[in-house]
Amino acid sequence: MNQNVPQRVWPREIYEVFKQTSIEQIAYVPDAGHTELIKSCEADNAISAVSLTSEEEGVAMLAGAWLGGKRGGLLMQSSGVGNCINMLSVVQECRIPLLMIVTMRGEWGEFNPWQLPMGQSTPKVLENAGVVVQRAEHPEEVRDVVYAAALMAFSTNRAIAVLLGQRLIGFKDWSK
Amino acid sequence: MPERKQGTLDRRAVMSELLKARKDALIVTGLGSTCYDAGTVDHPNTFYLWGGMGAAAMMGLGLALAQPSRRVVVVTGDGEMLMGFGAFATIGSKAPKNLSLIVIDNEHYSETGMQPTHTQRGIDLSEVAKACNFPSAETIYTERELTDAIPDLFNGSSLMFRDIKVNTKRYPMSIRMRDGAYIKDRFRENLLGQAAFD
Repeated sequence: MNQNVPQRVWPREIYEVFKQTSIEQIAYVPDAGHTELIKSCEADNAISAVSLTSEEEGVAMLAGAWLGGKRGGLLMQSSGVGNCINMLSVVQECRIPLLMIVTMRGEWGEFNPWQLPMGQSTPKVLENAGVVVQRAEHPEEVRDVVYAAALMAFSTNRAIAVLLGQRLIGFKDWSK
Repeated sequence: MPERKQGTLDRRAVMSELLKARKDALIVTGLGSTCYDAGTVDHPNTFYLWGGMGAAAMMGLGLALAQPSRRVVVVTGDGEMLMGFGAFATIGSKAPKNLSLIVIDNEHYSETGMQPTHTQRGIDLSEVAKACNFPSAETIYTERELTDAIPDLFNGSSLMFRDIKVNTKRYPMSIRMRDGAYIKDRFRENLLGQAAFD
């Protein structure tokens, strides 16, 4: 990702939304865009942070958390969305809330052609799998978008994905 | 290939023994035969997966982390576990003390025409669990071994894995309850009371 980006505030704001909305389990497959957020969650003793081998594990894990009365959040890059599709049938059929925070690749300024297929189809496959898709493009809106998505997920028992646009995260400039 | 030990236990008899020992344990079953087997003695503390192949073990992890004072017991099939293979590593890394993972292993995909699974080809799930940091992992072939294992599976104080080898006998579906939202709400209300609807 862009090495010259000044200190980002929004990852901390997402963490604060997690705390505000009583999220106690975080399942993740790392992405550069989630670095600070993962660090904050791992450092918090009140949050069980679980590193996954594949994103679909997180869908199942957080369904289990909800069975046990706990709220969770699932962090991944857009390339991981494809790994979740069949598992999303569990939360849809059972009306289990799921908050997914997805950092986007394969869109704004992407240099790696291999990222485009999954990045471009991410919102479509999520919608086809019954997930409500919301988006944040600008740093100042991230907090509100994630907060609104969390409220909606946990009060309507639906799966909501917040896509954090690649424009927000920055890209590698290969022209230099 | 060297001669391999055959599973001779009966899957319904095994499930019956497990369910008798359940007390207040929270049980998650994988899709397919383990779901039907567990349905022979229904209980609101059982969550039946009818889909999401590969979900059972990870669902158990989320539940075990959410309810650290309760024993969580996952009972699933060999095919279902193989689809969620990465869960061995994820669960072994987290190592919750209140989780038991049990595979009822008939070495076949019995729902889809009895094709052999990898466990029939020498893939040893107990060795996988051991390699993935499970402090206790064994394969069970006999009634005696099963009887000896059950108390720890339900009252133990560490993460456990047991691969229970059974024969290939098939049984009819014994459970009619299929609605996921109902099974989830029933489980949550029984566990959490009114807080289930907050």
